[in-house]
Order: sequence, then structure tokens, then C-alpha cells
Amino acid sequence: MSKNTKINILLLLVVAALAVLPLALGLGDHKEEPFTGADGEAETAITEIEPDYEPWFSPLYEPPSGEIESALFSLQAALGAGVLAYYFGLHRGRRQGEQRAREQEAERVPGGTAGEPPADED
Amino acid sequence: MHIAEGFLPPAHAVAWGIASAPFVVHGVRSLTREVREHPESTLLLGASGAFTFVLSALKLPSVTGSCSHPTGTGLGAILFRPPIMAVLGTITLLFQALLLAHGGLTTLGANVFSMAIVGPWAGYAVYKLLRRYDVPLMVAVFFGAFVADLSTYCVTSVQLALAFPDPSSGFLGALGKFGAIFAVTQIPLAVSEGLLTVLVMRLLVQSSKGELTRLGVLLAKKQSRSETEAVAR
Repeated sequence: MSKNTKINILLLLVVAALAVLPLALGLGDHKEEPFTGADGEAETAITEIEPDYEPWFSPLYEPPSGEIESALFSLQAALGAGVLAYYFGLHRGRRQGEQRAREQEAERVPGGTAGEPPADED
Repeated sequence: MHIAEGFLPPAHAVAWGIASAPFVVHGVRSLTREVREHPESTLLLGASGAFTFVLSALKLPSVTGSCSHPTGTGLGAILFRPPIMAVLGTITLLFQALLLAHGGLTTLGANVFSMAIVGPWAGYAVYKLLRRYDVPLMVAVFFGAFVADLSTYCVTSVQLALAFPDPSSGFLGALGKFGAIFAVTQIPLAVSEGLLTVLVMRLLVQSSKGELTRLGVLLAKKQSRSETEAVAR
């Protein structure tokens, strides 16, 4: 594994650790409902400050259940991840194709750049 | 940072909408110009938007015992400058307001202002400043993304404190209250966002050197060579 890949994996592990630690250390235990959304907590804080406040507009469409909502959230993440994967896959393929083309070129022209290290890896 | 539908008084909702509109219009112009002049950047634009899509769907637990999500706007701001993110961020917020009842149409202006305008600009400013003092690229990217994320939540806290000042302690009291909910929760998530943005930037340096050089993220010629090689090894 190259040093580069190791650093990338390390970055992912740190992110995972940052997400898991609050759960593992039980940092939500002091709450009635641990790990609710901060957005929801803000709504509660608003009604604490102004008990009479009534939201004057309601969402045009509301997911009928928590399951549907999480499905739509997953859809959002999946769409984004799909586009990112397409981008990086496409560029990796292009790079490999270009490298192959260069190698074939070098084989065809004896005394060409075959012996030299690849100057540019992209 | 999503202020829920109907949770800002009408006057505030309209004011934030008016404040955000010119940024979004300007952003749409920048975006169309970018696509027209550099059609090859369309894919990377899509990837920047996609990054925001993924990150703002990831609700992560935090040290305060509540959950929040990163914004993903730092990457696109660093790559394409902040006006483009005003558009990409607005698209993400619209998707969530319309399909997920997360955020809302009446609070769209306020949410756009925090996530798609102030966040990208603050992150970009920090990134540019660090780069001017020759801070290494990845360090500048980390702090750019970190600040873009955290400043978004600070703005949300200010917006809510302006709309709902505490009856006894006033604006500052309310700011402390909302800040404790949003900003403190957000600190570890902003670190995560910084690290993920560095990860994506590292992959981009490997895969799209030419594109990054054109966008000015990598410097042309010698300097970029040593920089990219340091990453490629």
C-alpha cells in the first residue's frame, strides 16, 4: 500500500473515530433523548424563549414516517456519492488509458521514452 | 443549521430572503459563465455539488450529545470561488426543504445566507489568507473547510437570536443559548468536514492536476511539481 493510500485511510479513520467517540463515551446520557438533531433542539429553545410562538407556515410536503425520511436522506447521500464516484472513476480510467497509450507509443518507437521514468503520472 | 419551516417571523424571513437573493443571482451568472467558458469544468462542478449533497445528509453525533451535519461548502468555495457555492448550496437546501421537510421555503433565505453565502465566503477568506502566507495547501484546505462549516452554524445562531431575543437576557442571552446548541455541537463536525475535504482534495491533486492548476489551486510549473509529488508519494 502506498504512503498516499495510508494517509487517506488514516483520514477516514479519524473521521470515523470522531463520529463514534461521542456514542462510545456515552456523551448523550445526560439527555432525555440522546443524540437528537440540533435543529430540533433549536425549535425547543425557541418555544422556551417565546412560548406563544406558532410556526406560521408548514412544509408543503412532509415525509409520512421516519423510515421515508431516512430513505430520502439516504437518497440524497447516494446521489452525491454516486456523482463523486463517477468523477474519480472516470479520471482514474482516463489516466490509465493515457499511460497505456504512452507505453504502446514507446514500444513502437525504439529508443523512445520507454526507459525513462514516467514524467507525469496523470 | 436548518431553521425549520415557519420558525422565523415573516419580517425576518423576508429580510434574509432579500439579503440572499443578490448573492444567488450573482452566483447563477458566475456558474453559467464558468460552464460556458470552461465546459470541461462541468464535471468538477458537479462533484463539488455532490460533495455538499453527501455531507449535508450525514447527521453525525457530537460531543454535546446531539446530532448535526457538516455542510460540504468549503471544497467548492476553494475550487470555484464562493459565488458558485451560493448556487450549489441553494440547490441542496431546496432539495431538503421540498422533499425532506428539513429547513423550509420561508426560512430558505436565512438558511441560504448561512450555509451558501457566509460559510463559503468565510472559508474561502481563511484559505486565501493562509495561502498568501505560504501555508501548505492541505493545511489551508483543512482550515478553509473547518471555518466554512463552523461559521455557517454561528450565523444560524445569530439569526435565531435576532428573531427570538431572550425576555430577560436579550439578544446576547439568546445567542448564548442557540450558540450552545449549534456552534459547540459543530466543532468536532467541522474537524471531520475539514479532514474529508482534505481527503477529496488529495484525490483531486492525484486525478485532476491540470484542472486544479487552471483553477489556481495548484501553482503552475515548479512549485506545483514539488507540491504534487509530495502528495503523490
